[in-house]
Amino acid sequence: MSAQLSGILFQLFQSLLVVAIAPLLLGWVNQCRAWLQNRSGAGVLQPYRTLRKLFHKDAVIAHNASPLFRVTPYILFSCMWLAAGVVPVLATDLPFSPAADVIALVGIFALARVFIALAAMDIGTSFGTLGARREMLVAFLAEPALLMVFFTASLISHSTQLPTIVEALAHTQFTLYPSMAFAAIAFVMILLAENARIPVDNPTTHLELTMIHEAMILEYSARHLALIEWASSIKLLAYTTIGFALFVPYGIAEAGNWAALPLALIALGVKLVAAGAGLALLETISAKMRIFRAPEFLGTAFLLAVLGMLIHFLLGA
Amino acid sequence: MTLLPIDIAGGVVVYWLVLGMFSLLLIGSPKHITQLIFPAGALGALVLAGTGLVALGQTPNVAVLPLGLPDLPFHLRLDALSAFFLMLLGAAGFAISLYSAGYFRHMEARALALLALQYHFFLASMALVLLANDAYLFMVAWESMALSSYFLVTTDHKVPEIRKAGYLYLLIAHVGAISILLAFGVMQGGHGIAAYTFDAMRTAHLTPFWASITFSLALFGFGAKAGLLPVHVWLPEAHPAAPSPVSAMMSGIMLKTAIYGLLRITFDFLGGEIWWWGVLALTLGLITALFGVMFAAVQTDMKRLLAYSSIENIGILLVGIGLAILFHANGKESLAALALTATLYHALNHAFFKSLLFLGTGSVLHATGERNLGRLGGLIRRMPWVAALVLVGTLAIAGLPPLNGFVSEWLLLQAFLLTPDLPQPYLNMLIPVATAAIALAAALAAYVMVKFYGIVFLGQPRDEKLNEAHDAGWWERLGLAWLALGCILLGLFPVQVILQLDHVTQALIGDTLGMSAAKTGWLFLTPIAPERASYSPLFFLLAILVVLLITFLAVRRFYHGRLRRGPAWDCGFPEQTPRMQDSAEGFGQPIRQIFEPFFLIEREVPSPFDREPRYHGRSEDKLWYGLYLPIAKAADKLSAWISILQHGRIHLYLMYSFVTLLLMLVLVRWS
Repeated sequence: MSAQLSGILFQLFQSLLVVAIAPLLLGWVNQCRAWLQNRSGAGVLQPYRTLRKLFHKDAVIAHNASPLFRVTPYILFSCMWLAAGVVPVLATDLPFSPAADVIALVGIFALARVFIALAAMDIGTSFGTLGARREMLVAFLAEPALLMVFFTASLISHSTQLPTIVEALAHTQFTLYPSMAFAAIAFVMILLAENARIPVDNPTTHLELTMIHEAMILEYSARHLALIEWASSIKLLAYTTIGFALFVPYGIAEAGNWAALPLALIALGVKLVAAGAGLALLETISAKMRIFRAPEFLGTAFLLAVLGMLIHFLLGA
Repeated sequence: MTLLPIDIAGGVVVYWLVLGMFSLLLIGSPKHITQLIFPAGALGALVLAGTGLVALGQTPNVAVLPLGLPDLPFHLRLDALSAFFLMLLGAAGFAISLYSAGYFRHMEARALALLALQYHFFLASMALVLLANDAYLFMVAWESMALSSYFLVTTDHKVPEIRKAGYLYLLIAHVGAISILLAFGVMQGGHGIAAYTFDAMRTAHLTPFWASITFSLALFGFGAKAGLLPVHVWLPEAHPAAPSPVSAMMSGIMLKTAIYGLLRITFDFLGGEIWWWGVLALTLGLITALFGVMFAAVQTDMKRLLAYSSIENIGILLVGIGLAILFHANGKESLAALALTATLYHALNHAFFKSLLFLGTGSVLHATGERNLGRLGGLIRRMPWVAALVLVGTLAIAGLPPLNGFVSEWLLLQAFLLTPDLPQPYLNMLIPVATAAIALAAALAAYVMVKFYGIVFLGQPRDEKLNEAHDAGWWERLGLAWLALGCILLGLFPVQVILQLDHVTQALIGDTLGMSAAKTGWLFLTPIAPERASYSPLFFLLAILVVLLITFLAVRRFYHGRLRRGPAWDCGFPEQTPRMQDSAEGFGQPIRQIFEPFFLIEREVPSPFDREPRYHGRSEDKLWYGLYLPIAKAADKLSAWISILQHGRIHLYLMYSFVTLLLMLVLVRWS
């Protein structure tokens, strides 16, 4: 019983931690970007200030907004929180992880995406539908690629449960998997596309015609916008930690093992700092591409992921 | 004498036939037909669904009727497979009949009486297809099913397009029926009329060659009914032509009778023992699924869009059957049970969500008189009931957790992940590609459904008259709500559903999934082992709801709930007209561009100087021009040759008979 209670406490701790530090990761990426562009930057805490400002404002929504429009930010936030609760960020064997495996994880992201796309179409503005269409375009190419990455990992570990994958990859003898190298490249490309980063989308753009994600949320303001922004940062963190679980699964503790927690926290911190800096570097050295180059980019990711799977069959590794 | 499930099922069939004929007597009072006959039919469907559920766990019942051919009376049998599909028929048919009670209320009396007759004959013949235990009764029921649905499709027979759609449907239905008849013929193998019973076919051991011929014939014949490529062309024509409840019944239920037939012949009669049958079904299924979803994405008519989506789902079902055959032929029975369970589950899911969506389009059609996506929009504000219930179906068919569509897709993907154990060389290489294709089809389905729902129900109304649209009546809402509830429950309690499906897999394959699926309790679905894969939709939904509630309360508690309404912002652009939203063509444009080689695109783009610019675009099926029209032309030519024989002079015809007789005599003499 105490082990169960401890597991639940661990789960709660992880979930709260993820939600709390998600804007920090975003702030860190933006700060690194500023440094790389020779700007001083707004500081890593800027996303928190933005959220606070947004929560304090009065919400303004269009006359014809339906209940779907108003409930979507909350659904989005819950989905992302749920996703972050399933990923073994700090520990494997969380009490919550049997609720969803990697396929269900892809399903959670899809659920959130469909809701935001529908909400974008709700008001009936030209930019809203444009954003929804583009988002779904990126998604239908990125989603199968993500599944293929997961499948490669699950063929190696004989499981679609992320904790089992982590244990198979981290806690057994160290082996290099060529298939996972392909999967890793594909995963980074998917991460960029799914989180609306350069080169597929630009999160800081003010040019409506090139927008994808931003075009969908143009009609949102105040607390609704704050929740969406927060959910996006949780999504970025969730994707990053999924990447850690698949490709650098070291330092992740077992649930209930409180002694390993400090080490897990330090490992997570180091990995996040490095990943954030890497993401900023990637975004700085690449340029945003035209929307119709995005299918090529994602098609490459898809092919790389399928290649990874084929290599697994060919080499058995 | 105790009442067996088969007696009740047979009773429902007779009840439906009587109801249908009774509606002819009520021709003078159309109100009674809608208010009495359809709800009474719904009651029969409910009884049938209950009977199916009870019969799932029982030993097969058989009955022989004093009807039929002299040496071949009608044989009936109710086993687990029939029971499952009868349950599907009853559960979906119940909702569709309830809905019809409201939907047809404005119809003209004579047409309504005929429709009610055909409708109940259609239901009865589908039930009889599932109950038949000899080839003769099966074909009789199969043909009555085709004919009654043909008359239902051509309800509006004064419209030439609808007559054309009906003709195409009837034609392909018969090509398929011939193929099925030949399959039965091969299995009968010239062993006398008694060999036409299914019991004889179960025990007849065919050589691999003849078994393969039978399988191919059955695949083609049932494929023609299901909408398998390349015999799919009737589906996107017939579904939009039919009244919406009929489309719902054809797509939700009738397509499944073809799946039933294929499963019956493949596993029950032939034993599913040759592995390349699986590869054939898998490949055809994948092509069909991708083709269907791609074409669904570019449609501009909401019912055609759903029809193409049905083609996609049939493809997915066939992929499941293919995997099941592959595993079964290799002796991996527990994996075959997994693939078969995924297939059956998906068939049930599709019956629910596709019926729901087709009925939803019916309500939209009634309220607006419009099927064209380009003239709809914003209906969520005018028709909140229909919009909310259809949203459930939309999310379910898009394969999103925690609804039912996700469960069957999840099971199917799990089955794919287990294929590395197969012994056939090179097949291992093929499977990742197949997995990728299925994942792509699933992701595209979400795109299609966002397009469907977003354009019909969200945004601004694209036409003035939409502002007068009214919500559906109570009968309609009841039918829609039943189906939506089904989508939710099938999504939330997969372990319970699988425990029922086990009776079918046990009967067909001899292994089940439920024992391991329920090992960790009813809350978690673990098809093989908990550390291998697990999923808990109930947990999932509760977590989302709890977090949603906490977030909502926290935002209210720490901040405020102030809200103002204003005009849409749209980056400060004041002149918003509904025409600035994406049209159906616009939303499908990325798909058309990416998959351009698969479409036959005809486009008319206005020049920049046009006073009244008009855009016109059509994406058509290349197979129609590449395959069907050449066949039609060849048939025309062949009949022209044969018509050389036809002169209209009696003495020439007499001579033909004489020559034939002579030839026969010579033949008889020689042999």
